[in-house]
Amino acid sequence: MISSDLNDDGMYMEIQTAIRDLCSRFPSSYWRELDESRMYPERFVEALTDAGWLSILIPERYGGGGRSLSEASIVLEEINASGGNAAACHGQMYTMAPILRHGSEEQRERYLPEIAKGQLRLQAFAMTEQDSGSDITRIRTSAVREGDSYIINGQKVFTSRVQHSDLMLLLARTTKRENQSRSTDGLSLFIIDLRQAGDTIEVNPIKTMFNHETNEVLIRNLKTNSSQLIGEEGKGFSYVLDGFNAERILLAAECVGDGRWFCAKGAEYATHREVFDRPIGRNQGVQFPLARAYASVTAAGLMRRSAAGLFDAGHPCGPEANMAKLLASEAAWQAANACLDTHGGYGFAAEYDVERKFRETRLYQTAPIANNLVLAYIGHHVMGMPRSY
Amino acid sequence: MNIVVCVKHIPDPNLPAEMDGKTLKREGVQGVMDPGDEFGVEAGLQIKERLATGDGESGEGEVTLVSMGPAAAMEAVRRGLSMGADKGVLVSDDVLKGSDALATAKVLSAAIQKNGAFDLVIAGVESTDGYTGTLPGTLAEFLGVPHVSTVKEIVSADGGTLKVNRQTADGYHVVEVGLPAVISVTAGVNEPRYASFKGIMAAKKKPVEQLSLSDLDLSGDDVAVKQEVTELSKAEEREGGEIIEDDGSAAAKIADFLKEAKVI
Repeated sequence: MISSDLNDDGMYMEIQTAIRDLCSRFPSSYWRELDESRMYPERFVEALTDAGWLSILIPERYGGGGRSLSEASIVLEEINASGGNAAACHGQMYTMAPILRHGSEEQRERYLPEIAKGQLRLQAFAMTEQDSGSDITRIRTSAVREGDSYIINGQKVFTSRVQHSDLMLLLARTTKRENQSRSTDGLSLFIIDLRQAGDTIEVNPIKTMFNHETNEVLIRNLKTNSSQLIGEEGKGFSYVLDGFNAERILLAAECVGDGRWFCAKGAEYATHREVFDRPIGRNQGVQFPLARAYASVTAAGLMRRSAAGLFDAGHPCGPEANMAKLLASEAAWQAANACLDTHGGYGFAAEYDVERKFRETRLYQTAPIANNLVLAYIGHHVMGMPRSY
Repeated sequence: MNIVVCVKHIPDPNLPAEMDGKTLKREGVQGVMDPGDEFGVEAGLQIKERLATGDGESGEGEVTLVSMGPAAAMEAVRRGLSMGADKGVLVSDDVLKGSDALATAKVLSAAIQKNGAFDLVIAGVESTDGYTGTLPGTLAEFLGVPHVSTVKEIVSADGGTLKVNRQTADGYHVVEVGLPAVISVTAGVNEPRYASFKGIMAAKKKPVEQLSLSDLDLSGDDVAVKQEVTELSKAEEREGGEIIEDDGSAAAKIADFLKEAKVI
């Protein structure tokens, strides 16, 4: 079994054991049934919240666990390694970061303790828009100042978990792109209280290939007080960028968890499934792809470990966080394919869970950032080659 | 009520067992708290919580974990503490390596008595590594208190009496026992809670007393091995089973078979 005992101070193994124990109460059949009915894993999220795992990144002074990103990443890794899907709730763990890092003390005191308790769910981030795609500076949702308030209008897509959130972060233009010398200026970040939004926010679910609550969000004349603005007006883009590294490291950990699940599931099947009077795992055509995937997943785990260590030490970690996400999403996909091939026709049967995890892990190559954009970042920012975008 | 729960650190039963001669290899292998002991810890915590929410009068008291094992056994004690137990006692001594169940019971009883007055001692029915099943009874003998075995449900615990349901082949006995006493609980007596983040953090601050054999006024002679495993043999492989060809009566034949096996 691939171990993720990072530079252990005693807490990593304990977290790993505790999450495995919690997840063992939610077997594959639980996730399979939810997948079939496209339901939200309420009971699992509640258990995780009650046990305090979703608030471990919130500092202790706001009622959270005050632990490191390395430790938080273990929680998500173990959920996925157990056969579950952390995507349903990882947002609650880190969407609060802009409030913590750039919000006012008043905002932090108002929201973080309740988020830490799980009484307030902040796990939706309305950023992506239909026409802008990965070019965030081209979003068109606007927030126009009127006295003490902003009036927000626009349309977002792929905003996940809105239906299971009380609060949502929203990125909007407060100054038009053409009126800015730098395209990244003029974007502002808001805390939206969905409970008070009434019919100014319309949520239309988007059906996808996996059980992941994601939506189109239409915003019409949403009036929000200026006290809901995070940090300075016009600086929202830098606040968003600031959270990217943490998100990439955490999602890389989920990929490593998926990869571990696929490798273990594939190896187990290859060892016990007999065809032509011998276990299929004796055939190197079956065994080697799994072994290669195992090596890739382990290597990606190390990259994630390195990135998380840098992040926790307060060092720049853009290249490492991006490489971790790239390598881990590819390693998980490699493991997914090896596992599916090993299972033959049964890999496509829902009761084996392989096809479900296969669908789920495919997302990481595309979101929250497409792997091609990671390559463009490495090529240009890290290696100094000409800019491609 | 002061409750003592015996916990054991064993090689992870989910991994293939490695042998060291005729005993299980215990060093350098992944260890866990015996899964059977999780039920004991949960039972102890539930009794304490039940009393605390009652009239308050009997809400005093704590749950103490007692374990014997190498230094690594601290992991099992910490696990129980992170579930919610109040404190721990770990007896570690090189002399105790390879102890049999009799010596273990002797050591645990000495540790329990040194810990102070107790009302109830809870243990699993048998360990998931040695499977002797003799420890709870032997422990009760050393402590000079009654023993109720194979408890499948704790009905009530108040005053000086414990009322439990005791599993039998045909059903169960309802047993009342005066405290102090030792009970052994079956898997399934409850659903053990998992450690929460706060529980794990709190456990780091809870006291664990570490004792050697001499701290318990015991000598090497007191714990000398009295029995040993002289031979090991593998369980017989299961036979292929009976194949029933369906000539229209297969369902009835299977039903008869299940009835005979007392499954239905």
